[in-house]
Amino acid sequence: MTQTTPDAPVRRQRAQVKVRTLRTDRWWLTPLVTFLGLSSFLVYGVWAIIDTSNFVEPYIAPFASPCLSTSAVCDGARLFGWAPIGDWYALPPGLLILGLPGGFRLTCYYYRKSYYRSFWLSPAACSVQEPHGKYTGETRFPLIVQNIHRYFFYFALVIGAILTYDAILALVHKPLGLGSYILLANAVLILGYTLGCHSCRHITAGRLNHFSRHPLRYRAWTLVSKLNAKHQQWAWASMFSVMGADLYVRLVAKGIIAFPFA
Amino acid sequence: MSYKAKFKVWRGEGGEGKLEDFTVEVNEGEVVLDIIHRLQATQAPDLAVRWNCKAGKCGSCSMEINGKPRLGCMTRMSTFQEDETITVTPMRTFPVIKDLVTDVSFNYQKAREVPSFTPPEGVRPGEYRMQQVDVERSQEFRKCIECFMCNNVCHVIRDHEENKPAFSGPRFLMRIAELDMHPYDVADRKESAQQDHGLGYCNITKCCTEVCPEHIKITDNALIPMKERVVDRKYDPLVWLGNKIFKRSSK
Repeated sequence: MTQTTPDAPVRRQRAQVKVRTLRTDRWWLTPLVTFLGLSSFLVYGVWAIIDTSNFVEPYIAPFASPCLSTSAVCDGARLFGWAPIGDWYALPPGLLILGLPGGFRLTCYYYRKSYYRSFWLSPAACSVQEPHGKYTGETRFPLIVQNIHRYFFYFALVIGAILTYDAILALVHKPLGLGSYILLANAVLILGYTLGCHSCRHITAGRLNHFSRHPLRYRAWTLVSKLNAKHQQWAWASMFSVMGADLYVRLVAKGIIAFPFA
Repeated sequence: MSYKAKFKVWRGEGGEGKLEDFTVEVNEGEVVLDIIHRLQATQAPDLAVRWNCKAGKCGSCSMEINGKPRLGCMTRMSTFQEDETITVTPMRTFPVIKDLVTDVSFNYQKAREVPSFTPPEGVRPGEYRMQQVDVERSQEFRKCIECFMCNNVCHVIRDHEENKPAFSGPRFLMRIAELDMHPYDVADRKESAQQDHGLGYCNITKCCTEVCPEHIKITDNALIPMKERVVDRKYDPLVWLGNKIFKRSSK
């Protein structure tokens, strides 16, 4: 591209366009839909923490899994019969658990994009002026804490394994119900989202400069990269699947869904 | 098939200016740059526009069409309705020289601040031996045509002029990532990406990727991997401990 000559006069003035954007398309639609989608997840999450109908043989609601306390009514869904917290804990199980997958999604590179755009309008859409007078991004507290994402990824892997275990428990139960397949589909989507994470991509081999010296890690990186290319779709699909599966189990537990193959 | 299209084109010098209305002929198969040239030929002979290859490969005709950063030569008129008024303005992030021509020297200054490729001592040109898999990540970034639309659209400097000294923009953070991923580059890029080039300002809202005419996945393949490498260096105690125990290079 043509470079201006060093002796060209200094010009510091941008084109004065006195509107926030000249875009003529419906640029506001995506942030609006994102705002509504993420808000519904937050509202549902709060309700699911409070609601106590989280177990019905053989299903455990994903928002209440794993079953850690003997005071909770979820004997059939204990991890190998293990209840590390004992009987003293009587608060909702979601309070103990949801911080980890919640933190994983909160610091996820895709979700950061979506809520920076839809909640903080920074920017709401490309080439739409943001309303804030000052911007420091993720250079300082609190947003610099986003760099902790990989640690949430480690926990999210464990949660993904537990949800898979829950689905297997439900699948081996006789008679087999629709809920078993719902929990299985949810576990697959959660694992697809978790394993396609940018931190996972970095850990598998992204941090290397010599892929050729690490063929297995390179192979893992290519697989994770394929998932990562659709990370946004996995994020939304798994978010709705975990809400849907959780709601289904609670409705069965409450007796609202009572058909024979529930 | 010809028709008359309505255009609003920003005209002025040194920032002062306004949108001027034009009605101009459009023929089948034309792009926005063709229409700007017709305006020059028929109605506004002093209209300034920077262009060169007309093939989307030189990166000269970056402008904003209906508010979106686009290459004038790659924006087909057939993508607009015939009764639509098309607004053409210069890139908003850079100072205007005249009409649609901006002073993009900010980018050249930032380019000079990135230390060049640094091979290991004792390895001379001609002695580099690399596998294709080791370099193909970086090769994606070499497709860049330096249209600077990514830097133009990035809100960090587009909406905050005061951030320009601290932030090099996606174009040059991608250049740093390219060098950091290079198997033969030994310079420390991670610390400087964060401290000197403002990687932490990036909030990964992906506008750079959306506007890239070469479809480079700037955010997913350059900026986020670079952020993760910076986490290795500066924020992850386990990686730091692992490097100490196993005496690994942090490069």
